[in-house]
Amino acid sequence: MVLTDAARDSRMETSEDRGADLRLSSITKRFDDFVAVDNLDLTVPAGSFFALLGPSGCGKTTTLRMVAGLERPTSGSISIGGQDVTKTSAYERPVNTVFQSYALFPHMSVFDNVVFGLKRRKVKDAAAQAKAVLELVELSHLGARRPAQLSGGQQQRVALARAIVNHPAVLLLDEPLGALDMKLRRQMQGELKKIQMDVGLTFIHVTHDQEEAMTMADTVAVMNAGRVEQMGAPRDLYDLPKTPFVANFLGKSNLVAGTITEDLGDTVALNAGGNRIMVHKSRTTSTVGSVLVGIRPEKLQILHASDAPAGPNQLRGRVSDVSFTGVSTEYLVDIPGIGALGVFSQNRGQDSAERGDEVVLVWDTAHTFGLAGTEDALSGIEEAAVL
Amino acid sequence: MKQAIGRWVIPVLGGLAFVFLLVPVAYVFAYSFNDGGRANLTWQGFTLDNWGNPCGAPAVCESLANSLQISAVATVFATILGTAIAIGLVRYRFKFNATANMLIFLPLATPEVVLGASLLAQFLNVGADLGIGTIILAHTMFCISFVVVTVKARVASLDSRMEEAAADLYASPVQAFWRITFPLLLPGIVAAALLSFAISFDDFIITNFNSGNVETFPKFIYVAATRGIPAQANVIGSAVFLIALVIVIAVQILSARRAKMLAAR
Amino acid sequence: MSLLATRRQQQTGAGKGKNGRKRNKPEDFRSPGEVAADKRKSHMGYWLILPGFIFMLLFFVLPVFSLLATSLYTKPPGADIGQFAPALQFSNYAVVLQDYWAELIRSFGFALIATVAALLIGYPMAYLVAVRLRHRNLLRGILLVLIIAPFFTSFILRTQAWKQILADESLVVSALQAVALLPEDGRLTATAFAVVCGLTYNFLPFMTLPIYASLERLDTRLLEASSDLYSNAFTTFRRVTLPLSMPGVMAGTLLTFIPASGDYINAALLGNNQDTTMIGQVIDSRFFRVVDYPGASALSFILMLAILALVTLYVRRFGTKELI
Repeated sequence: MVLTDAARDSRMETSEDRGADLRLSSITKRFDDFVAVDNLDLTVPAGSFFALLGPSGCGKTTTLRMVAGLERPTSGSISIGGQDVTKTSAYERPVNTVFQSYALFPHMSVFDNVVFGLKRRKVKDAAAQAKAVLELVELSHLGARRPAQLSGGQQQRVALARAIVNHPAVLLLDEPLGALDMKLRRQMQGELKKIQMDVGLTFIHVTHDQEEAMTMADTVAVMNAGRVEQMGAPRDLYDLPKTPFVANFLGKSNLVAGTITEDLGDTVALNAGGNRIMVHKSRTTSTVGSVLVGIRPEKLQILHASDAPAGPNQLRGRVSDVSFTGVSTEYLVDIPGIGALGVFSQNRGQDSAERGDEVVLVWDTAHTFGLAGTEDALSGIEEAAVL
Repeated sequence: MKQAIGRWVIPVLGGLAFVFLLVPVAYVFAYSFNDGGRANLTWQGFTLDNWGNPCGAPAVCESLANSLQISAVATVFATILGTAIAIGLVRYRFKFNATANMLIFLPLATPEVVLGASLLAQFLNVGADLGIGTIILAHTMFCISFVVVTVKARVASLDSRMEEAAADLYASPVQAFWRITFPLLLPGIVAAALLSFAISFDDFIITNFNSGNVETFPKFIYVAATRGIPAQANVIGSAVFLIALVIVIAVQILSARRAKMLAAR
Repeated sequence: MSLLATRRQQQTGAGKGKNGRKRNKPEDFRSPGEVAADKRKSHMGYWLILPGFIFMLLFFVLPVFSLLATSLYTKPPGADIGQFAPALQFSNYAVVLQDYWAELIRSFGFALIATVAALLIGYPMAYLVAVRLRHRNLLRGILLVLIIAPFFTSFILRTQAWKQILADESLVVSALQAVALLPEDGRLTATAFAVVCGLTYNFLPFMTLPIYASLERLDTRLLEASSDLYSNAFTTFRRVTLPLSMPGVMAGTLLTFIPASGDYINAALLGNNQDTTMIGQVIDSRFFRVVDYPGASALSFILMLAILALVTLYVRRFGTKELI
């Protein structure tokens, strides 16, 4: 897809090329006695593809609506490109939204939908710009249709065109792919990412789909109960979660409670139900007392009890469940003193364990992460399972 | 065998119900062709004279003109006031929401004779002259409730994100209303206006209490009924029936076509 | 089921996430309307409803108080016809109740019979259109128009047509006499039967339409499920269809009963002057013939209170929340 001249020109005259910084400062939003967003600070740099990820009810949509101006924060301030917009109405903000299930105007043609914002701002060559953007999303042949005559994927692209045609400083996407089926969703993820790079706007993408957030965004902020739990590049978040919620919501984790017993310089050793587990100091949020250590299921190697090597990071147990999923096999292993741990094992021709087998789980210390022992090891599991 | 009977019970009962519902309408229509003169009670023979001269009976057309005028004005008032209430009640939160809904519901749950009597008591107490003005006020009052109920359903089904999307796309609240909200509510508003007009046009009881000497079409027929309704009244009744039927069928076809167009892939 | 979810189940009782999700209103679960209602508490809403409400206050609420006041007026000695003085003469109520209790009870009796009859006629009609003809769009559309078609022609003209249908020399009467359902000298016109018949007829669409609206939403797979679970047609109707259409039945019965009990066109055109008089006729004649404003007002007020009481009892007994 290529940005046409008309669209490029108009971008020059309406807003700076890379969108604008968005800054939320101590934003709180209350609905009666429910705190939807709790003292949130967030900075989204210009030109980035930013994802707000969290389960339903975590406050991500409310945050988005406050940025759009559709909801007033109870306290705090919002600025776009250095300008305080907290008190301005939605129609006065240089922000556009791709709504969840699109909110296309059903009584207007696709073209009229797209040109709507330009006309409101009395932009001169509105029609030409709208045409150019319809071309960008490959829908120029459907401009005369009504939204209801389009497929879900086409409607999604109209909603996107209707927003980006205005070259907003910040483009907000509220679960933009939620209404599409799985296959189309994967395809649109790629297209959205490409369009973002083409037009160079700041995208803020709200989603509950962790895979979607990780594939598309440069930066992901994981939200829970009105607050950002952790923010960073997708790989960093997955590799080194800082809270059990992030560990459980973003992918799956085995979290095991233990007590630190030794300081070995770069690493610490801990005792978990009589087993010795090592963690790098740089990979744990607490280095004394009780901690939770986490290992991702795919980092665990499952061996027959007799094949166990010597050393730490070994958990002996018995396989209690096996499920074969094609590319991999998922095991559930009961470890005495610890509980059940999950293991993903790629099917590369190795012997598979059977239910009831005595096995040993081993892993590389570099893959262990440590969390504060005071946290709830189950936080985020239910939320992730609901999806 | 038993099943076969069971299958036919509903269509037969339902069919008989339709006959029951429509036979009187057929009578009204048939007797518009009766050569019965003033006393149009028994069949005297077929004639087209009544249709050729619908204003032939004294005062028929005057009463019709009054009725049309009253219904038109009352419909405009009721539609404007009622639509505003419907939007307000659905889209905004009030402390006295329950009271407000009650105020709209009560006129619907009050027999017309009580509505008519209380308005009459009011007009008598303030010494108002009964006439077209008081009829219009009375009709507007009871039509508002019907408009609110009809339009409210439409407003409730309207996705409020449409307005948010408009605001997001730089439309001021006024622009958002006229470009998005109003066009989307229009079918409901039109339905409410048609309903108001029909109810107002056909009202007798409330009108009778508050009309003074002004004749409306239903009042004319009611008064005439004691000595025999002129066939011209049947002509006008039948004509109104046909016009209404055409309007309703046209609306149905249009909305079906619209729905088809909106639903088509 | 994935392994970790299984693990979660094994460790039940560990409580929810520490931050306890889903308190009152997770924002994603709120309806769009609710979202909007939250946001807008501006004065705009008041401006929208204010004109209409002032109108309703002036021409509905105030008149009801006027009616109440008038019902307590007294006629000063020697006053002209139609002249009354404000007073608190509660005896007006006792007087009209004593004189017209029979008409009052008859009105409710007639309205009740007409409502039951309209339910028995309207339900199969609504069922036929809404369920049996669900997939015959054209026919369904035509029949729906036919249900409301009587509204397109004058109420009084149609009532007059019943007078003709039930007249002594009419087909209906001759037929009934031929099969000896009606004695040779029996008549239908100017009888209670004719009045109830007229009431049933005139308010039938008010019964049928709400029931239709309820049945239209009925998921017919529920009927299949019911018969799959060993219900015969009657049990399915009683246990599934009827309960699910109750909101429509409630609305329909109220929309029929209320106007029928206050109606007097049917009684005036189809009844006689002795044993079919309804309360509406009395109110009308006390206002305009006898010029007894206090008495007529008192009767109106009694009628209103009686209906409100009956409706409240009825809704309490069979209650559904949404009526309109």
